Amino acid sequence: MATPQIHIVKVQKIYRTANREVHALQDIDLEIYAGEFVTFLGPSGCGKSTLLNAIGGFSLPTSGTLTVDGKAVTKPGPDRGMVFQEYALFPWMTVAQNIEFGMEIQDKPKDFIKTKAEELLTKLQLKDFRDRFPKELSGGMRQRVAIARVLALDPPIMLMDEPFGALDALTRRTLQDELIRIWSEFKKTICFVTHGIEESIYLSDRVVVMTYRPGTVKAIVPIDLPRPRHTTSPEFNELKNILGTMVMEEQSRHQKAELAGTTAD
Amino acid sequence: MSTDALATAPPKIATPTPASPSRTEANIKRFAISTVVIVVLLGAWEAASRLGYVKVQILPPPSAVFLKFLESIKPQEAYDATKTNYLQWLVSGELIHDSISSMGRVLVGFFIGAGLALPLGLAMGASDLVFKLMNPLVQILRPIPPIAYIPLSILWFGLGNPPAYFLIALGAFFPVLINTIAGVRNVDSIYIRAAQNLGAGKMTMFLRVIIPAAMPYILTGVKVGLGVAFIVVIVAEMIAVNNGLGYRITEAREFFWSDKIIVGMVTIGVLGLILDLIVSKLNNHLLRWHRGMEH
Repeated sequence: MATPQIHIVKVQKIYRTANREVHALQDIDLEIYAGEFVTFLGPSGCGKSTLLNAIGGFSLPTSGTLTVDGKAVTKPGPDRGMVFQEYALFPWMTVAQNIEFGMEIQDKPKDFIKTKAEELLTKLQLKDFRDRFPKELSGGMRQRVAIARVLALDPPIMLMDEPFGALDALTRRTLQDELIRIWSEFKKTICFVTHGIEESIYLSDRVVVMTYRPGTVKAIVPIDLPRPRHTTSPEFNELKNILGTMVMEEQSRHQKAELAGTTAD
Repeated sequence: MSTDALATAPPKIATPTPASPSRTEANIKRFAISTVVIVVLLGAWEAASRLGYVKVQILPPPSAVFLKFLESIKPQEAYDATKTNYLQWLVSGELIHDSISSMGRVLVGFFIGAGLALPLGLAMGASDLVFKLMNPLVQILRPIPPIAYIPLSILWFGLGNPPAYFLIALGAFFPVLINTIAGVRNVDSIYIRAAQNLGAGKMTMFLRVIIPAAMPYILTGVKVGLGVAFIVVIVAEMIAVNNGLGYRITEAREFFWSDKIIVGMVTIGVLGLILDLIVSKLNNHLLRWHRGMEH
């Protein structure tokens, strides 16, 4: 098999608080290949966002190696575009300015920026909103802008941290479908964090199920269903059962820890 | 009306009233409500003064104050094309001249004060080292009211505009400084992370992310700073300068011209209101992206 694009070996992440240490990630080994859609699934506190932030370069591992295209990750960069749950659009910029900002940072020629922004505005159905400020948009529209902003830099890898978590169910489904369309059209590698079991099956090639603290890889479940996937098909439901059982085991550990008062969050 | 009458009354069918007359009516009503207190007060004042309840020297009637106002805005000399142009002549009335002097001082002083406070505030907000170096000094100097600097400012700068500029700049300095520091320190880290992710360097981060994100705070500082500058200008003019509205009302007191004092005070109030409106408009425009802002 080809060399992995994202290669994670024995990664640990330990947070030190005033009176104790939290092992957020422990012995993570993971290989993600170019063009793959991988979701990190688990209850809150399982370190899935920590892992994503490590790949993104926002918070480096305490030990272990984490390489992207053979190079160790040391800082955030436009080759790993991040879509945040809170959208993180710049509220003082219009939709178009938000999309253009990254390209301006990269010193792309003016014509290129205009054309590319225009293309993305069209692709993500944002044309009528180009001169609006983020505060005037719905959650779904904001997340489209966030996705367009990342796509503008044409990163090989997209990191998405529960991007649709704050959206209503119908909007979420629309955006999931759009994401799949974008993923297959632009051929990106996507790492997608979620605690939605159905969402992980609906979207990804592989689901990485993570354990509650310390965060380890509990199982990697390949999803071999053809797209578009039907959430009501027997195969889908079977996967839902398998993954559901795994996640609920971890959730109950989370619950116990919470009742024992040992959670940090 | 008894409940019986209500119960037996035939149901009324609401007839739509034409939109435009009711709208004018509403406008008239709103105007009436917002002016009624002022009108009654002015009437009572006029009456009290004219009927001799208060001495005219202590409190002249509003009509006399208004006449004084008209007199104060009139040019003092007849128009002479060989000496001045028409516009200069038109604004040569004492009150207009004083207003322009006062506002000019506010603006010069404010821009000196804010111009120094903004870069220092940005540096103190962005750098821990600069903050630690400068903060003790700022905290010691900040509680001293600008007015307490008057004796020193006259010793240092003599009389005239320089001490006034100094005091006004000082008054504007701290509100802008403190708010700028707070603005930079309170920038949501999510914007920093998003910009880092897009590859923003230090300079881009500062100019295009941190400063705009801090803008709501900075503009609050500007608003407060201008307000303080406006207070300080009047005080400075009462002591160090021989024109401007502050000087004029102090001078009028010496001659027992209470009408002139009131004209000056009302003018100060109106100018303050105008300044505030301009700043609010600017605020609303610059922060039109901001969540709490309505257009």
